[in-house]
Amino acid sequence: MIVHFEPASEEGIASVVRSAAAERVTLSIVGGGTRSGLGNPVRADRTLSTRRLAGIVTYNPAEMTMSALAGTPLVEVEAALYAKGQMLSFEPMDHRPVLGTSGEPTIGGVFAANVSGPRRYVAGAARDSLLGVRFINGRGEVIKAGGRVMKNVTGLDLVKLLAGSFGTLGILTEVTFKVLPIPPAAATIVVSGLNDAQAAAVMAEAMAQPVEVSGAAHLPESVRGRFIGGALPEGAATALRLEGLAASVSLRAQKLASALARFGPVATFDLDQTKALWTEIRDVRPYADGTMRPLWRVSVAPSVGHQLVAALRLQTGVDAFYDWQGGLLWLRMEADSEAELLRHYIRAVGGGHATLLRAGEGERTRIPAFEPQAPAVAQLAERLRASFDPSRIFNPGRMAVA
Amino acid sequence: MPETIGFLKPRQAVLDRRGEIIADLADLLPDECLISDERGLKPFETDAFLAYRRMPLAVVLPQSTEQVAAVLRYCSRYGIPVVPRGAGTSLSGGAIPQEDAIVVGLSKMSRLLDIDLFNRTATVQAGVTNLNISEAVSPDGFFYAPDPSSQLACTIGGNIGMNSGGAHCLKYGVTTNNLLGVRMVLFDGTVIELGGKALDAPGYDLLGLVCGSEGQLGIVTEAIVRLIAKPEGARPVLFGFASSEAAGSCVADIIGAGIIPVAIEFMDRPAIEICEAFAHAGYPLDVEALLIVEVEGSEVEMEAMLRSIIEIARRHDVMTIRESQSAMEAALIWKGRKSAFGATGRIADYICMDGTVPLSQLSHVLSRTGEIVAGYGLRVANVFHAGDGNMHPLILYDINDPEDAARAEAAGNDILKLCVEAGGCLTGEHGVGIEKRELMRHQYSQADLDQQMAARAAFDPQWLLNPSKVFPLEGRPAA
Repeated sequence: MIVHFEPASEEGIASVVRSAAAERVTLSIVGGGTRSGLGNPVRADRTLSTRRLAGIVTYNPAEMTMSALAGTPLVEVEAALYAKGQMLSFEPMDHRPVLGTSGEPTIGGVFAANVSGPRRYVAGAARDSLLGVRFINGRGEVIKAGGRVMKNVTGLDLVKLLAGSFGTLGILTEVTFKVLPIPPAAATIVVSGLNDAQAAAVMAEAMAQPVEVSGAAHLPESVRGRFIGGALPEGAATALRLEGLAASVSLRAQKLASALARFGPVATFDLDQTKALWTEIRDVRPYADGTMRPLWRVSVAPSVGHQLVAALRLQTGVDAFYDWQGGLLWLRMEADSEAELLRHYIRAVGGGHATLLRAGEGERTRIPAFEPQAPAVAQLAERLRASFDPSRIFNPGRMAVA
Repeated sequence: MPETIGFLKPRQAVLDRRGEIIADLADLLPDECLISDERGLKPFETDAFLAYRRMPLAVVLPQSTEQVAAVLRYCSRYGIPVVPRGAGTSLSGGAIPQEDAIVVGLSKMSRLLDIDLFNRTATVQAGVTNLNISEAVSPDGFFYAPDPSSQLACTIGGNIGMNSGGAHCLKYGVTTNNLLGVRMVLFDGTVIELGGKALDAPGYDLLGLVCGSEGQLGIVTEAIVRLIAKPEGARPVLFGFASSEAAGSCVADIIGAGIIPVAIEFMDRPAIEICEAFAHAGYPLDVEALLIVEVEGSEVEMEAMLRSIIEIARRHDVMTIRESQSAMEAALIWKGRKSAFGATGRIADYICMDGTVPLSQLSHVLSRTGEIVAGYGLRVANVFHAGDGNMHPLILYDINDPEDAARAEAAGNDILKLCVEAGGCLTGEHGVGIEKRELMRHQYSQADLDQQMAARAAFDPQWLLNPSKVFPLEGRPAA
């Protein structure tokens, strides 16, 4: 039987870690467990959950920062922010629909996995909003890094390092992050009927305009109908989001629509449709299909995303749509995960990385979930890991740096 | 003046081999890339933290990543300290060398390698100046966002070393938020690439750790940075207030109202007088505090934001409101602000603090700063980035009066402790360098520092890269 620890205090976690380190007992670190499928499968002796370490510690809207214990449900954080007209600017994706998991995502899990969404392309990732952390390292020591101010260059930036480390460097116990006001107005301009290459050019054109596009996605005809109840116009949809003050959004929407009219039919969608559409893009709605068909999250330079998809299509069955101006690709494979083929073509188009988000049990154990790193970088990462967790007790195997 | 900040004791074994080391370096590099005569070394003995200086053993100015790698491989093999240097504009002594160190200057690596407007990135060598990047892409309607006051001189490599900010980071973030990738040389000469045009590389965020590491983890030779489309327009507006407290609470209310201007800069009366005398920017001289609030976007957007900001300012009894009417006037308003340090330097010697505090503590910390400095019998001018709480008290003193200098340093330390106690940090954008090294204990516990130092050692186990910086000299792990 797997022993499950759920300490209700930071000191409780530290003491579990100290005894685990002394006895060389490995720990699987979990928050809400909704993203437990991310990364490589973990083999650990015991499970440690941060679930009971919950609650907002401080929230001062006028300072645009919040501190919360790691196990605080994300829904609680977002509700408190919403009540004051604020939000997490990086739009963390909800992995439950595509992974078929249940439960409540925690704020600690969001940062441990560096989870972002469509606005990441202009507003930064979760790691860019994270200002300070408290964590327990592999020696069972309570460590703090960063703080609660926007600008801080005091010492090494361990905060960045902890973000996206999937619990392999330390157990986050408290996170302090920057928040932003919710834009009062938003609209989405949709250009219809573009092929993938044309769409990439149109999105680049839009991002070069002084209209502050805050989302740029291309939804090919194969997926277009599965968004906002089929309300997007006929043909592939290239969607561009504008946010801000009402007067400004309508003006920018007009400007952008007229600048893009030469590329195809243009339609404008209102605030509510915009919210729904970008939530569905964020959560990869078309591939939340209840299957375990392989799903890849691929990041490349925006200019080459469509080339990568075109090359793959000649070799295998793949369905795809694009976010981040074409640089973020969601690829659902028809049968095999085709890891080698995909990673080969990524190198061929100039580099990037593919993360296997979902696959059958067999493939998940066989294929490295994260893009393998250059040997010198991997060695450095391993030395770094050892400096945090010398006994290698946290989430063994998750990042596959060992 | 008497030195209160120590350096590591030079390694005698290295000093004794000076001649051989220089001969070896001459074999590794072209003649024009090596400096070893006293006159040539002199300009490298300090940076913009002028109170301290040390003559380095030699200076190398490599022309390529391969040459940097060759030098580091050599230095790591023979245990010779290395101090990386960009333009030498550090305000915290980050580029000050030591007697047994080789300075690796990146000034000869100053090429723009690739401007990619489709992906909105610039790939540059580390010695390119900050302003060069924006100038190169400006005709196409783009800019590089972080804009430290020294942007005319400072290099992107130095910006990465210090995670530099600037006046406009309230909206666009600091260097770490605008840096996509680096090519860097590790201390053993290994060349690695981190990040790139594809966002969010998997694995530990080594790029995030390297940014702001003050040259302790390796030497960055190339960088890929993010470009942003220039806004349609930008307009700075001056607001004059009867007290610093009124200006401080106005800032808190602007942010609290959900308005994020692109910049909110603060000056108190002494700073206004100094800058106005130098730049003739038209700053009002009858106010106690001045805010420069810059909004940007379309005309409609700027108008809407300004109306809300003006309404808030009125609630704080604003005395003067001056909108810039032309691009020239706007440039003048910024010239006054950006020349603040230089202009202050014309009337007195000063040390510049860089603590950051939560916005709610701004007024309190400002008034306590005034009391602290007055308590030491000195004067202070405050000019800083108010929107993000990054304060820059300039403590004026006479560098030739040892007692005055000691008092200024003591006042500065008290102010930084105050910032930490108020929930802030020692340095928001200038870095720890040698200046704030011993104060690190006020912000971090020994366990916190030990964890940072262990991470440092994963990159440089011999502690030879910029070794006198950032961490208190006592309590370091044995190399």
